[in-house]
Amino acid sequence: MIDVVVLFFLFGLAAGLLRSELKLPVALYESLSVFLLVAIGLKGGQGLASQALVPLLPQLLAVVVLGLVLTLIAFLILQYIGRFSRADASSMAAHYGSVSVATFAVGVNWLMTRDIPFESQMTIFLAVMEVPAILVGIVLMRGVSRQTRWGALAHEALLGKGVTLLLGGMFIGWAAGPDGLAPIKPLFFDLFKGVLALFLLEMGLIVSHQMDELKKRGLFILSFAILMPLLGAVLGIGCGILLGLSLGGVTLLATLAASASYIAVPATMRLAIPEANPVISLAAVLGVTFPFNILIGIPLYHRWASYFIGVAG
Amino acid sequence: MSLNTQIRTLLTVITEAAIEQVLVRDLDRLGVRGYTISDARGRGSHGVREGAWTKSANIRIEIVFPRAMAESTLLHLQATYFANYAMVAFLQDVEVLRSDKFE
Repeated sequence: MIDVVVLFFLFGLAAGLLRSELKLPVALYESLSVFLLVAIGLKGGQGLASQALVPLLPQLLAVVVLGLVLTLIAFLILQYIGRFSRADASSMAAHYGSVSVATFAVGVNWLMTRDIPFESQMTIFLAVMEVPAILVGIVLMRGVSRQTRWGALAHEALLGKGVTLLLGGMFIGWAAGPDGLAPIKPLFFDLFKGVLALFLLEMGLIVSHQMDELKKRGLFILSFAILMPLLGAVLGIGCGILLGLSLGGVTLLATLAASASYIAVPATMRLAIPEANPVISLAAVLGVTFPFNILIGIPLYHRWASYFIGVAG
Repeated sequence: MSLNTQIRTLLTVITEAAIEQVLVRDLDRLGVRGYTISDARGRGSHGVREGAWTKSANIRIEIVFPRAMAESTLLHLQATYFANYAMVAFLQDVEVLRSDKFE
């Protein structure tokens, strides 16, 4: 059965496509995204409080490599098959090598609704996978040049709103532990689903506005925006199995690898590769990949993960 | 009683919210002492920019200063941002009181 939060997304999408006057206040959308990032961070941090952190380092390295590989694959496809300019290919590849918090949140919700457990370090994977693709995208475009303002870009990538909130939430969750978090649990954990539903309503509206652009851009973008997440999911499943994650963990890593960033990366790419047309990447990421992942992708990746874990086991 | 006004130049810049921070750094470097930034909505050659969502939002920057400084700032914007960013910028003469605030 379709998740209730996804119904909210479809509601927003329909309202937008029907050109309804529905519009959420900008401040609400921003507040909901802050809430989701902190809530995800707290939950991950709480789980980390009860496990050793050093064994996680090789896993973090593995997911960084996964992000780099995805960026390179996307770049090669876009430049040599899609015949994109170097700027557009680099920028869009960075979007696909990075990850989407909203997609991750829907994945977490999907697993929680079905009582499927997953590892708490998935939240760190989320934070860690946001950044490498951005740096690779810039290197693909500029090479390693002295003119690149690495300091400013690293600041933007590492201390952007998303990563800061996630890491801050994680630190608080880790430091406070389950008992310390008990007083704020009603707000951050119990209301998670309701907030996610409202957030997805707004996402539906945003996605509906990408449709006109998508119609203009044709079949290649559409195919890329569906095939790239499928390929990402397969690599994510492989990586998850190699790391010995549980079924829930493998599903979430596949979801992360399949997802594409629409907040951190567009903002950084706008500054780092101004020649790239931001409209193309956003149409692909928001118009196709995001809805594909939350409507079809996540259940599919879960099924694939079950199958491959069965084969590997 | 007549107002003792003086002429200064108002530079209005309408552009992408994505570059607000770098623009502000530029203005500081160019020695601009004060400016006002507000959220903006509208439509132009880069499509409808609704302001409903940070990444497609616009800002409007208004600066009042002497003509020469306004022109050099505008030239800097033209050279740095016009090619790749959604940006509209224009100058107007305005009458101000307390002209020392706008040096």
